[in-house]
Amino acid sequence: MVSAAADEQRAAILETCREALAATAPLKRAAQASIDELSELDRQILVERHLISRELSGAKNGSGVVISPDQTISVMINEEDHLRLQVLRAGFQLKKAWAAIDALDTALEDCLDYAFSPTLGYLTACPTNLGTGLRASAMMHLPALVISGQMEKVVRAVNQLGLVVRGLFGEGSDASGSIFQISNQTTLGESEDTIIKRLGSVLHSIIEHEINARARLVENDAAKLQDKIGRAYGILQHSHLLTSGEAMNLLSLVRLGADLGYFPEDSRSLVDRLFIEAQPGHIQHVSKSDLDPAQRDSRRAGHLRTEFAAFPAPNFLNGADAKPQNDN
Amino acid sequence: MASPLKCNLCSKPATVHLTQIVNNKVHKVDLCEECAQAKGVTDPTGFSLSDLLLKASLNTEGSDTGPRCEQCGFTQNDFKKTGRFGCPHCYETFKALIEPMLDNMHKGTTHTGKVPQKALARKSLYDRLTTLELDLSEAIKTERYEDAARYRDEINQVKQAFGEKPAE
Repeated sequence: MVSAAADEQRAAILETCREALAATAPLKRAAQASIDELSELDRQILVERHLISRELSGAKNGSGVVISPDQTISVMINEEDHLRLQVLRAGFQLKKAWAAIDALDTALEDCLDYAFSPTLGYLTACPTNLGTGLRASAMMHLPALVISGQMEKVVRAVNQLGLVVRGLFGEGSDASGSIFQISNQTTLGESEDTIIKRLGSVLHSIIEHEINARARLVENDAAKLQDKIGRAYGILQHSHLLTSGEAMNLLSLVRLGADLGYFPEDSRSLVDRLFIEAQPGHIQHVSKSDLDPAQRDSRRAGHLRTEFAAFPAPNFLNGADAKPQNDN
Repeated sequence: MASPLKCNLCSKPATVHLTQIVNNKVHKVDLCEECAQAKGVTDPTGFSLSDLLLKASLNTEGSDTGPRCEQCGFTQNDFKKTGRFGCPHCYETFKALIEPMLDNMHKGTTHTGKVPQKALARKSLYDRLTTLELDLSEAIKTERYEDAARYRDEINQVKQAFGEKPAE
């Protein structure tokens, strides 16, 4: 396992895994990199795009990543375990994501020997991942539950069902932008299908609660809600300094506005893109010189001002009759 | 008066008490203010109780008198410090330590999911090959040539199953 492996063993495992991955169909033309080859900024951008974990970004020599051309598959090598396969799908596609990762895992068995016990399943470095080793997660945008102060209740209920709610970047991260990652906590004693079904049914129930919370906000607190969304739009159009946390929260309100029909529906994809582009690594990346945090806040505000100059103004009359929608 | 509960992570007096019920099993963690802050417990969105339970149950300082993994050399204290094992064999070595933990941590204690069939079949062929090669050298050493010929034929069969060329 990685924690006890010597440098040369890590290097050999990295090479073996890279070869095995390159032999699978979805990763034939994948990009590969060793962590030590990547600059700090490159690593940060990969973290911001959820392609590598924070743990891998700080890993020693002999760790690496393989990313499919469309960035929907990323495989971390010598992170906490030797191999961490990740498949990302937009929308609510847990089963499709599982089918893709299951096929990739089966293909890898041709070349790789997994540490496996018939009773304990896949033997991971940490016993919390033992068994299936499966962490199925969904990123959910839940602004109405946050605004109406119900999120804590949801977190508690979800925890009782053996699932865990975290902020946008997993363990220990905050929940800026009202985006939450909900995933299974237990991995032993249940099959992958059962884990995914259980998570799916909880997600459906959270979506329902979010839709109800939105409907209640529109019905009971329309002026307050429209004020929040209108102000967010105004700040994004006119501010000159924005921290990434603030930008996330403002974009979250505009995204909620798009869901409620206050902005044209196609504006939501722009907001989703800006969620990524407003993060520190991405802001730094487009600038040609090193930026300190205050300079980044200024560049971020500038970028969002430019994007929002052409963004249609909210039409609250449209939205009032529109049925609240949610497709996290 | 009962003595106050101690923090499971650092043994200071505990002021934060967490209870989680999963599958009718009650899990409890007691933490001091500082550890609760450090673990993100005050932020309901930022912590995982199972990770906390693992770390809390491991946090007992002491001399390292327990077993040592014969494959990787990991000791009980190495596991307590990192919460990670050094090799797959550690699960055997530290069975007594982690079995009660698994019961608290997971939905069950037996794997019911995917099995890497191809990798296991390959491993069983590899194990068979290793045994046959030992048998062959023993048979040659003791001049049991008929047995040796039989072992060689079996070795060739196993190698063919691996996709390798049989030995001449």
